[in-house]
This record gives sequence, structure tokens and C-alpha cells, in this order.
Amino acid sequence: MAQASSVSVAFLGSGGAGVITTGGLLLEAACSAGWYGLLTRSVGPQIRGGEAAAMLRLAAHPLDCHADHFDLLIAVDWLNAQRFALEISLGPHTLVISDPRGGEVPDFVAAAGARVIEIPMKEMTKATPEWRANMIALGAAARLLGMREGVMQELITRRFGAKGTTVVQANLGAAQAGAKAVANLELPVRLPVPQAGPTKRWRITGNEAIGLGAVRGGVRFAAAYPITPASEILEWLAPNLPRVGGVLVQAEDELASINMIIGGSYGGAPALTATSGPGLSLMIEGIGLAAAAEVPIVVVDVMRGGPSTGIPTKSEQADLNIAVYGLHGDAPHIVVAPQSVSDCLFTAQWATYLAEALQVPALVLSDQFLGQAQAAIERPADAAFVGQRLTASEFAVPYQRYALGGTDVSPMAIPGTRGGQYTADGLTHTERGTPTSAATEHRAQLDKRDNKLKRFDYGDHWATLQGRGKVAVLTWGSLTGAAQEAISIARADGLEVRLIAPRLLSPARPEQMAAALAGVQRLLVIEQTHSAQFYRYLRAHYQLPSNTRVLHGAGPLPIRPGDIHRELLAEKAA
Amino acid sequence: MNAELKVAHKASDYKSDIAPIWCPGCGDYHVLLSLTRALAELGLPPEQIAVISGIGCSSRIPAYTNCYGFHGVHGRALPLATGLKVVRPDQTVIVTSGDGDGYSIGGNHFLHACRRNLDLTLIVMDNHIYGMTKGQPSPTTEPDFDTALTPGGSGLRPFNPLVIALASGANFVARAFSGNVSETASIIVDAIRHPGFSFVEVLSPCVTFRPDQKAWKNQVHPAPVAATDDPARAARHLMSDDGFNVGVLYRGDRQPYRPSFGGTTCDLAELEKEFEI
Repeated sequence: MAQASSVSVAFLGSGGAGVITTGGLLLEAACSAGWYGLLTRSVGPQIRGGEAAAMLRLAAHPLDCHADHFDLLIAVDWLNAQRFALEISLGPHTLVISDPRGGEVPDFVAAAGARVIEIPMKEMTKATPEWRANMIALGAAARLLGMREGVMQELITRRFGAKGTTVVQANLGAAQAGAKAVANLELPVRLPVPQAGPTKRWRITGNEAIGLGAVRGGVRFAAAYPITPASEILEWLAPNLPRVGGVLVQAEDELASINMIIGGSYGGAPALTATSGPGLSLMIEGIGLAAAAEVPIVVVDVMRGGPSTGIPTKSEQADLNIAVYGLHGDAPHIVVAPQSVSDCLFTAQWATYLAEALQVPALVLSDQFLGQAQAAIERPADAAFVGQRLTASEFAVPYQRYALGGTDVSPMAIPGTRGGQYTADGLTHTERGTPTSAATEHRAQLDKRDNKLKRFDYGDHWATLQGRGKVAVLTWGSLTGAAQEAISIARADGLEVRLIAPRLLSPARPEQMAAALAGVQRLLVIEQTHSAQFYRYLRAHYQLPSNTRVLHGAGPLPIRPGDIHRELLAEKAA
Repeated sequence: MNAELKVAHKASDYKSDIAPIWCPGCGDYHVLLSLTRALAELGLPPEQIAVISGIGCSSRIPAYTNCYGFHGVHGRALPLATGLKVVRPDQTVIVTSGDGDGYSIGGNHFLHACRRNLDLTLIVMDNHIYGMTKGQPSPTTEPDFDTALTPGGSGLRPFNPLVIALASGANFVARAFSGNVSETASIIVDAIRHPGFSFVEVLSPCVTFRPDQKAWKNQVHPAPVAATDDPARAARHLMSDDGFNVGVLYRGDRQPYRPSFGGTTCDLAELEKEFEI
């Protein structure tokens, strides 16, 4: 049995079979045992029924992406499982556990040449009606991963204790039966024994991390309209904002939520809303108002498959164009993108800081993969970025809210401040805020809004830069983890590859990007869009090496480390 | 009695030095005057007041006052005001809108602002027409009113905003006529003082695209019944009146919406405990 750097497990079943719960419980158990992990789910659009899969990867080190193949697949049943053929990639080494009464084993399992073992989970629950098949699956998986029995016992007691001893005993019994059923089986790979770290680890989703990061950055007001896959950000903020003196209100639609946060921020409270593509489309006019009236706001877009309603439950990176270019008129604003679950915290915090410092809308482009993935990570380091708005308390008469000069960030009077009364306006305005249609004043204010963003020092956080090779990977957002993993595999092959992953997408950083690309002879651009939006964006703003290739593909199928590694091998051969 | 306070506030204290650019004879001049008179009577410091608007002739008012103001995008004044009032309950927040801005493009926000019942005052200057875009029919335009966009009329029945406000939960409903400045000012004072969401519809003639509305000054009359606290009764009167009854029509006693900010402020480190393994 080989020592593996990570092990990947998938649970499959029809909706309501409880496989998502099983995935969560196994991650929790693995975390208590000291491993790191990443858990994602793939579900159909139905709330109940349909198909569901929990995909879990465990390792002795933090993980930011899934592996190329699964080592273990447990199917509680095979109903609609064929739909996962591409998402759950199997190989000849994969151990598949199937219920003989769970329906026909789908073609993709046989095609992979995987080893299929039957465990009669349904039969067992018939014999002992208080058992659940998903708990049998949990016990089997824990045993195959080499988890101590005590870990599972503690977990089940902790999670089900509130429901009484009978429930705890039933679930323990089911898990033990599952473990017993696989007692004679072994996975071809095994994880190294986990090491408990000196610091407390966290189990958190990207959406929760966005919420916490925003609060750390100073957000105290949120307006919410529900949308998949962003609602969890708002649902985390709803009970937690009041704990720090803030508040969340539910809006009647996204037109309202964006304007509510503009009103709240105008009133002095750093403000945020979160949405996904269709909601972002509705908010765009409001974001332009915030740009023109210079009101700081944070808008999180958890991207899903588009256009239109698209695939609400699955990931894509195709909102890049609308986020960067979607506003009418010339409306400079910030666009940032987190690169991992852990980085969701930092990036949301930084976005809040930038919005407040620059009195500008800041868009955070997360995606369904990051947002709904649950990761066991090291506690993210504290960052010093807390929103500090330049406010005015003493005024010349009349007060010039949009005064030119200096950094072009002009002091903002907060309602209630005597002598600072002004009217914020989406109309082109003078320095005082009075509407005007004069060419000179229009240009002066456009320059002001442009300059304040261009002249700001964004520091090293604008991008993640790693390695020094003549071959470079240029990617963004949630693909950064897969790129890093591919690069480390390539390094083991003797190919040194540089990583450039901009966290700041707008405004562009031409000088910094030129420095990052210095000496790069061959460039591989990687992105999850159908139309290569990121590549076109890069071409518009940066000088790329003449030898540049693009690996791009629409969601929801993620680009895996192996896909990138194959492209890198081609670069090596070239 | 404090005589000093009484003389301290004049309508002009609440006016900015920016000259309005409405058409001569527009009803909105009188609404501005009524609003500033009302603010003077309330005696609030101008920096404690915010006047919020969307787009349209009526929405120009914020910049003509000496208060804090926000001239936002078309139809979204109520959400702007909602965000401001939620985070700044200490501010007196007034929304100025028109029949296109408030009832058509902003119609959904109108329903939900009534329902939410924050302590806001909405003043809609209703002239049954889109003035700023030069004369298209609004939700309160008569079906046979001929316009370039709807030759021969829209054929659509106008709706009754006051009844909609009642059905949606507004806590104070009144109709005023811009030409009656003192009366309108006094209704606005009442509306601002009344807790919760107050809605004042002001019939404000558009002399350019609706010269027929010059006759309104002869058509308006005091509502024949006193204000009620029964929304069903108020709605029945409104459904059957001629549309020219002016005065306070409904005063409710619903508790205003006050979202909870929580009692105490905990350390940020407390928030992360739930994530610790």
C-alpha cells in the first residue's frame, strides 16, 4: 500500500439519501484526527430529490483544490449517477462500494476499470430499521481511511448527543457495521498519520470566510436578497453583524439591496451586499451610482454558471467581463478575486479596506467552488486592513464634497455633521456636487475618479507571485490552487514554472505585471470560461509574451491539476 | 415658552443657494416651499435631515434644500433612504419622488417601503405624466390621454397609489395640493411627526405637458371625512372619491420597523470561535 499525499473520497446518492451530511461528518472526523481537508458538493437544482454527491479530499497539508481522480467512491444508490460521470473522475485504482439494491452500476464506473465491491447497505437498514445507509457508508469510509474507531465514536456522540442516546447508539451501530463490512478491504493508498499543529485549525466555507473578512474589514451594514450560491454569506452576516453593533436587512430585490447599501454607506456605515450573476446584472446601475457619487460599497459576486439563470449550483469564472467592464460610462472601480477558501477572508477584508480608503465600489469575484467548499485550514493570519474613510468635520463655505487635488480622495461629510450638508449625485457634478453638463467639469471629475484608483499603492497583495521559471502560469481566482499543485508536480519533474495570479483585477497594474512577467518566455493562461474572458482581459491591459497559450473551458467541470500539468509538460517538450 | 427658538427657523434656512430649474408655474416650486416651511416649523437642524430622491423633475428637490441630500438613480430613492435610515435612525429622512419614479420604475420599492414601515416620509409629486422626458404616460395618467409614445392614449386604467399604500401597510396616508402651500406644509409636518412610514401624495401640476391641470386649484376640496385609523374605511373612501379630496386620510398605529443592532458589541475574536475545530 502506497503512502499518498492525499486521498479523495466521493459519496453518491439520490437527494435526501444524506450523502452531503456524510461528507460533512467525515470531514469533521478527519479534522479531529488532525488531517486537513476540502469538501465540495455537487447537487442538482432540486431542493429534494434529484442527485447529490459529496466530494472530499484529505491530506496532512492544507488543500485548495480537488485531485484528478477519486480513490474511493461509495454509492448509497446509483439513481441519476450517470450525471456525475465527468465530475467524479475514477481510475483503475479506485475502490467503488456499491449497494446491490441501489440500481445498476453506471457505465462510467465500468469504463474506468474500477474495482467494485458490493455492500448491502439497504439490506442492513432493513434488518435494523434505526440504521441509515449514509451512516453505514460513513463508517466504511472512516475505516478505509485508517481512522481510529474512537474518532468516529466521539464525532457521533458530539453531533447526535442532543437527539438522545437512542439516536447516538443507532448511528454508532450503523457506522460500526459499515466499518465491519469493509474490514477485509484496503485502499491502495493510505494517508500519512496526521500531525496536530500548534495552532487551532478552522473548518470554514468560502462564503463564511467572506462574511468574517468583511466584518474584520469594518463592514457593519448589509442588505440581502437571496440567491444561490451567495446566500450563505448573507445568512452568516445576519446573526453575526448585530454581535458587533451592525445590522442586516432583507431587501425586496437586488435593485433595492444595492441601493440600500449605498444609502447605509452614505450614512457612514461600511456596507456590503452579496449576490451571483443575475443579481449582479441588476445591481450594475447602482454600482455606477456609487462610483459617480463616490460612496464606498462592497459587492460580492459568487459566480455560477451563466448566462441567465445558467447553472445556479455550479461554478464558472465567466462574470469577469461584467465585473470589470459592465458599468455604463467610464466608472473606475475595484475588482478583486480570492484565490482559496482561506483567501476569501483576506480578500473580503482587503476589499472593504480599499472601498473605504478610495470611496469607491469594490467587487469581490468569488465563485461557487470557493463559496460552498468547506475546508479545514490553518487559522488565516490577521491582516491589518481595516476600512478608514477620509471624513470631513471642518468645512470651507461652501463645502466642496468632490474637491480636486492631492490624492483625489476628497473628505466626505457624514450626515449629522454640521456645515457639511451636500447632495450626493449621480449626475455629473461640480466639486461642490452641483449638477453640471459642462465639458471641463465632466472631465475633471472623471480624471479625479480615475486618478484616485491609479495612484493608490496596492502593495504586494495585488497578486500571488511564486517561482522564477521561464515558463509561467497566469491564472486567477479559484483555479490558483490547481495551478499551484500542477506547478509543484512539474517541479518534481524538473520543470521550474512561475505562478502569476492577480488578486487585483481592476484597476490593472501594468508596471507590476511587466515585472512579474520579466524573463518569461512561454506563458500558459488558465481560466474557467467558454470564451477566454481572462485571456482577452490580459491582452487588453498587459504585454504578454508572444508565446502565450490559453487553457480555458466553461464550468461546471473544474480544471484539475492534471489538466494543467499536461499542458506544462507540453511546454517542457516545446 | 422659548421665543428664541421660534424665530430661529425660517423656510429660507432650509433652502440652498441653487436656483431651481423647473418650468415657470410648475407645482414643484410650491412643494419645495411647503417642505422648507414644514422643516422650519419642526425646527430641526438642517444637518439632521436628509432628503433623498431618484430621477425626475420632483427628484431635483434635495439639491435645492440646505439639508443632506442624495439624488440617486431612477426609481431607487426608497431603498437609498431605507439604507440610510436603518444605519442612522437619528436622521429625519424624507424621500421626494414623482408618479413615474415612485409608482412605475420604483413601484416594487413603494410596496415594500409601506410594508417595512421604517420611520420615513415619502412625498410624491403626482402630475400624471413623465415631465422630464417630455410627456409620456405614468401609472396615474388617464387612459385616453394622447401622447407621442401612446397615440390616442395608453388605454390603461390609472391606479390609486393611496389605496395601494394602505393595502401595503403605510402608517400615514395623506393627499395634498401643491397650490395650498400652508395646508401642504402642515400635512408634511404631520407626516414627519407620525411614527413609521408616512406617505403624502401631492397633486402638483405640470403646466407644460398637462396645462389642463391648471384647473386643479378649482377642483381640490377638503376631504369630507376626518382621518381614520381604520385602513379599510380609508380605502373605501379613497376608492369612491373624485381624486381631489385633500387632507390627512389615515393615521395608523403600527410600530415602526427598527432592525436590531444587538445589545452589546463583542470582540471580533468571538466571531471566529465557531470555526475552530
